[in-house]
Amino acid sequence: MPDAARVLPLDGIAPLIGPALTMTPLAPCMRLILRGRAAAAAAAAPALGMRLPVLACRSARTGERAALWLGPDEWLILAPADDPLAATLAAALAGVAHALVDVSHRQSGLSIAGSAAATVLNAGCPLDLDHTAFPIGMCTRTVLAKSEIVLWRTGALAFRVEAGRSFVPYVWQYLAEAGREFG
Amino acid sequence: MSALRTPTGGRIDRSRKLRFSFDGRSFDGFAGDTLASALLANGVHLVGRSFKYHRPRGILSAGSDEPNALVAVARDAARVTPNLRATQVELYSELRAESQNRFPSLGFDIGVINDVVSPLLPAGFYYKTFKWPAWAWQRLYEPAIRAAAGLGRAPTLPDPDRYISRFAHCDVLVIGAGPAGLAAALVAADAGARVILCDEQAECGGSLLAETAATIDGWPAGDWVATTLATLAANPRVRVLPRTTAFGYFAHNMVGLNERVTDHLAAPPADLPRERLWQVRAAEVVIATGALERPLVFPNNDRPGVMLADAGRTYLLRYGVVPGRRVVIATAHDAAYRAALDLHAAGIAVPLIADLRQTATGDWPEAARAAGIRVRTGAIIATTGGRRRVAWAGVAQPDGGTIEPVPCDALLMSGGWTPSVHLFSQSRGKLRFDAEAQAFLPNLSVERERSAGACRGVFGLTAALADGAAAGEAAAKAAGHGGARAPRMAVTAKAFGGGGLLGPAAGTAAKHAFVDFQNDVTAKDIGLATREGFRSIEHVKRYTTTGMATDQGKTSNMHALGIVAAALDVPLPQVGLTTFRMPYTPVTFGSFAALSRGDLFEPLRRTPLHAQAVAAGAVFEDVGAWKRARYFPRAGEDMHAAVARECVAVRSRAGLFDGSTLGKIEIVGADAAEFLNRMYVNAWSKLGVGRCRYGILCREDGFVADDGVIGRIAADRFHVTTTTGGAARVLALMEDYLQTEWPDLDVWLTSVTEQWAVIALQGPQARDILAPFVAGIDLARAAMPHMSVVEGQVCGIPARLFRVSFTGELGFEINVPADHGPAVWQALMATGAVTPYGTEAMHLLRAEKGYIIVGQETDGTATPDDAGVGWAVARSKRDFVGKRSLARASMAAPARKQLVGLLTEDPNLVLEEGAQLVDDPTQAPPMRLLGHVTSSYYSASLGHSIALAMLSGGRARHGARLFVPMPGGAIAVQVTAPVFYDPEGARLDA
Repeated sequence: MPDAARVLPLDGIAPLIGPALTMTPLAPCMRLILRGRAAAAAAAAPALGMRLPVLACRSARTGERAALWLGPDEWLILAPADDPLAATLAAALAGVAHALVDVSHRQSGLSIAGSAAATVLNAGCPLDLDHTAFPIGMCTRTVLAKSEIVLWRTGALAFRVEAGRSFVPYVWQYLAEAGREFG
Repeated sequence: MSALRTPTGGRIDRSRKLRFSFDGRSFDGFAGDTLASALLANGVHLVGRSFKYHRPRGILSAGSDEPNALVAVARDAARVTPNLRATQVELYSELRAESQNRFPSLGFDIGVINDVVSPLLPAGFYYKTFKWPAWAWQRLYEPAIRAAAGLGRAPTLPDPDRYISRFAHCDVLVIGAGPAGLAAALVAADAGARVILCDEQAECGGSLLAETAATIDGWPAGDWVATTLATLAANPRVRVLPRTTAFGYFAHNMVGLNERVTDHLAAPPADLPRERLWQVRAAEVVIATGALERPLVFPNNDRPGVMLADAGRTYLLRYGVVPGRRVVIATAHDAAYRAALDLHAAGIAVPLIADLRQTATGDWPEAARAAGIRVRTGAIIATTGGRRRVAWAGVAQPDGGTIEPVPCDALLMSGGWTPSVHLFSQSRGKLRFDAEAQAFLPNLSVERERSAGACRGVFGLTAALADGAAAGEAAAKAAGHGGARAPRMAVTAKAFGGGGLLGPAAGTAAKHAFVDFQNDVTAKDIGLATREGFRSIEHVKRYTTTGMATDQGKTSNMHALGIVAAALDVPLPQVGLTTFRMPYTPVTFGSFAALSRGDLFEPLRRTPLHAQAVAAGAVFEDVGAWKRARYFPRAGEDMHAAVARECVAVRSRAGLFDGSTLGKIEIVGADAAEFLNRMYVNAWSKLGVGRCRYGILCREDGFVADDGVIGRIAADRFHVTTTTGGAARVLALMEDYLQTEWPDLDVWLTSVTEQWAVIALQGPQARDILAPFVAGIDLARAAMPHMSVVEGQVCGIPARLFRVSFTGELGFEINVPADHGPAVWQALMATGAVTPYGTEAMHLLRAEKGYIIVGQETDGTATPDDAGVGWAVARSKRDFVGKRSLARASMAAPARKQLVGLLTEDPNLVLEEGAQLVDDPTQAPPMRLLGHVTSSYYSASLGHSIALAMLSGGRARHGARLFVPMPGGAIAVQVTAPVFYDPEGARLDA
């Protein structure tokens, strides 16, 4: 039986590293969509090791796990690929109305950082990315030019961009082209 | 260098000489020059030929309002930008510019014959002359007119430059960096607001750049500008954008800016975009766009050397260029006196100020007289003389009499100032006419904006600075930054007010008295239009083309209004005002396209198995944004041959197909089955875990919207598939119902379209081929019958394995997490037992089985019953989306179009999809149409052609002989059931 090597949408693309801008393809990770009401969010907390964010467009992190608020009843949970979270979370949520779906391969993306990162994102993203309007930890579904994306500010000058698997090359190429002037 | 440069002064860098060429002749200029100022410094006034009459034209203005000096600037064959205003083109080393609209040369242009015959070319000439015959317009007249008239030519090569779009937000956007704009930005920034300040010129400062007399807070004006810009630059919350035109004002304070990034550079860095299109969303906007000086309307006012007074002054003071050695001033406004005094102070002869007003009193005229300049009031300019440059001005009384020729080599004129209200108007603000200012001024705002300075009729440096500061304070406060107070600035400057003249002075002849320089419209043309019955300015505009050139009538609109108002003897506001359209100045297409060109024009979606399809030699087709493998030709095969081979392979052995684009939604929750009951026409409660069902989704109107196989993974978990094109739409529809109609249901939706790579393995050998690769799955017929699903492992990868078929053969659809798709595909290909097939074969195979494609057999007006899938409708259910509509009598009418099959009597004839069906091909048109062909193929497996059709009362017509009328004659067909292959379905259940 052949070895099932994973093929990622940005395979073969080297990170861009410059003084004002770095772009790095995301490594594989676990992505879970949890949907449900407050009871589900409460039940998930012990298994996650943190409370799910209830404020719109805010995230929570513990260790290498993160939960991103995507809607009043929807969170994107990120964890290392080998995290046993899926099973423990499913167990913790047993008996509580919810939907837990593995979307690890559904989307991928890149991290973009540097003093020019917000500017480069604004080449295609119409949101105000000033730190007063889009502080660290903020996340949202939005658009980058003609692609839907999930945008998450992970640091003062750092963002994570996720898009549907087939849109990831477009998102990368768009940002790389927009970032050319920043070296 | 040039005798036409002042010895000192101006903002040019005299240490940096730049060589450039105009029409092939080499000249020198300085860094800081525009092409216009550099040409003037070389004594070149003749820079273009007019649009219609090919009259020699010179530089009229010093800014974006320039109507005459349109040039093409070329870097190479692909980088040619036509129709640039020489007054805005910044000089760089080795700049190459060409004049336009002349043949064979600027000095000798045969098109000037149009001027000689101009009495034959009145307003509306084209409408009157080229009416007959109608066919000649398109073929003869229009091409000839377009070739003769016109502007520069666009390059035919693809644009090699890069353009970037940029979204930005701010508290206060200040448009215009003249005194009012700078003051507004300074105060708003001081209050803590996020500020964007843009200005269309290379340098910020506006009128202050040509200000040598005034002081602000004790600083000379130029130093104050530098200090202010340094203060703004040091503030990280402020962004200053020179060379940036606010070209359009859109809803909700979205303002479009066009930034020209590299056009001024001799060697633009490759990584810089040529232009940036900014879309700025501002909490508050301060419009500080200033005012434009108006020309005067008099005969031969378009002769090279005739220039706006303040433009002449700007060339002198900002660029150190002497606009003429002997300069006559003609004016209806005090502003020209300032120009006269500045010229006089620079040692330039000013033989006469001809003031059209009866009296000229006050500071400015008195100062001119005190300087010894002759002032003649109540005077008009009756004409000008000279060949390619003005040589004398003919000054006269309005009531006739002798013309006094005053020799000169330049004539500076001022008709007063027109506030630039275009952006305010685009924001849907309402203007009012101010009689004292003789101008339309902003009145009622709609957006969150305010005008400041000359653009709202506040003239004079002291007033403009104070107005700007107050606007900046108010804007910052409205945006939530109430901290600052507008400072009181100590200004020494002499002011002048509004007023001036609209239209020609009384007693002025209208012939060759140009109103719109760029479109060659004279006062006579506009007078003619009113005599011919045009009353509305919108009609006069279109009839005469005044104000319709690329300068949008910046220097002409108010004069045209004045002439029409006088001719009709009505108050000027009653004539109306034409619409200010965007863009304010022309914006390149490249800027609007920005990054969305070439590979980035649209996201191009590739499946996880794309590389494998490429390796197998696939030819792709576009399906929405997806690239799908259409067929896999081998050497020497065309599509027909490849598809035939692929179909035979599937029917006889096994084929491999990439179905990854299929829409997929995971529906989870205790009420999942109930939710599906309400959405789909089918019944779901009794579907067992591990079983699949073909589902039909209708809209509220009862017509088929989507279809797909739905598998029950667990009691509370369904794997729903949709059509490729319907994936997003179906998810949105479901989410809509869930959120608005049934929020009480315990069920949630998650799109998993891209989570899974889907590999369809179809054919009689499919089970045997797959068996070695699965673990934890019993493939036996009894354990895994047709329409079942099981979770297990394929190639060691966790998979959802469906036993489903869209081909009519024994088949599986292997769903593995997307990143693992290639490995599974390669493993199956490595068996050597499978043939990859594409969408074309897939379409043919399903048509042989009579399986519909939503959107091909259905067109949004087909019920499930029409489409031949009425068996799926669970009529006993209490309700489902579309049930009410399906109960209507008309939805069961026997004459509705129903799915049928068609067999041509000639088995080799393949019908055209979309062709119509009739029962009698000899009837006279329009024939009675009974239906149409929806799918049509040649079936290699069956050895004859097949077609599916939607036919009125079709199911009752099986066996009937109908006809498909075609240009080559009617084709006879026999109506059949829509299933051509294995109607018993034995192969599916193998």
